[in-house]
Amino acid sequence: MLEIKYKNQRYYHHKDPRKPHHSHNGGGGSVGGKNSDTREIKIVRKVLDVNDTIAHQNRELFREKGVFVINVMSSPGSGKTAILVKTLSQITPKIRCAVIVGDICTSNDADRLAGFGAPVVQVNTDAFGGDCHLAAHVIKTAANNFNLDEIDLLIVENIGNLVCPAEFDMGENLRIVVLSVTEGEDKPLKYPLMFRVCHAALLNKIDLLPHLDYDSKAAVQNILKVNPQMPVFEISAKTQEGFDSWIEWLKQKLHGK
Amino acid sequence: MHEMGIVMQIIKIAVASIPDDVKNAQIKRVNLKVGKLAAAVPESLHFCFQIAAQDTPLSDAELNIEEIPLKIRCTDCNVEWIASEPVFLCRKCNGTSVEMLSGRELDITSIEIVDKDN
Repeated sequence: MLEIKYKNQRYYHHKDPRKPHHSHNGGGGSVGGKNSDTREIKIVRKVLDVNDTIAHQNRELFREKGVFVINVMSSPGSGKTAILVKTLSQITPKIRCAVIVGDICTSNDADRLAGFGAPVVQVNTDAFGGDCHLAAHVIKTAANNFNLDEIDLLIVENIGNLVCPAEFDMGENLRIVVLSVTEGEDKPLKYPLMFRVCHAALLNKIDLLPHLDYDSKAAVQNILKVNPQMPVFEISAKTQEGFDSWIEWLKQKLHGK
Repeated sequence: MHEMGIVMQIIKIAVASIPDDVKNAQIKRVNLKVGKLAAAVPESLHFCFQIAAQDTPLSDAELNIEEIPLKIRCTDCNVEWIASEPVFLCRKCNGTSVEMLSGRELDITSIEIVDKDN
């Protein structure tokens, strides 16, 4: 759409302003009119298009190298690292894994994830201004640490946050959200974008249910309100209850790549 | 939480969009569309913009945010509606096959500029 608007005038290049324009100039804008003080320059660009472009490049690279990438997200303390530790212990070395783990500070999570034969790279975003999410350029840099030809599955453990990571594509194949039963049942409704953009949900810490007044049915229903077709796996990283279904699903997705 | 990064990107795009023939451009307004489901809070964007725009051609600019509603369509019965809650179940047939028509926008649509040399 090209719309040129002056202070006192407004008209459309197309009759229907919702239709896309027949040519775009990549953000340089188009200018009209010389006699008006103020002129409007159409841009029509996604604010995060730089991230999206790098994410696209990442996706192409991973596809070319045959690397399947999952992006695991949740609020802090839901058990992402514990889930990944148990997942790695079940799937390596048959599936050749690598892990990128994001935190604002410390390498504690990387230390926990080491020792399964999978190379682990810790990204600390305090160098990036304390970013609350991992963006595509960070993954691009971190992936340089691996020999991608020797990896089947790259697991990205995102920074604990249910808001920002949902907005940043990194070039992954699948997004997984973890919710734990020590959080509110209504979290999917409070953070709908996260639950909407993900492909599967893990409801963790179910071993604690006997000690809690937690309505896990309501939690699952709320997930399905936001994303009706999303598979939900009720699991415990501590006891590994429910892990068989989750691992089986992951393997199916991996082999269908 | 990441609004400052978004605002920095907005400023970068806006400055890069000033046409070459405008010698001394001052951006008066940046027009932005923000979907209801986008992970960006308009109030925070305004706050960050005030700070980040200092000492740029946007120092006197207004950040004009058009909030875009969450619009959903059922692909089974073709009903469309504007959702006040993030519930992606068809209002009519209770079907689960729905698509989001709008609500995820985070788009810069235009800038309005004056040439101070004119």
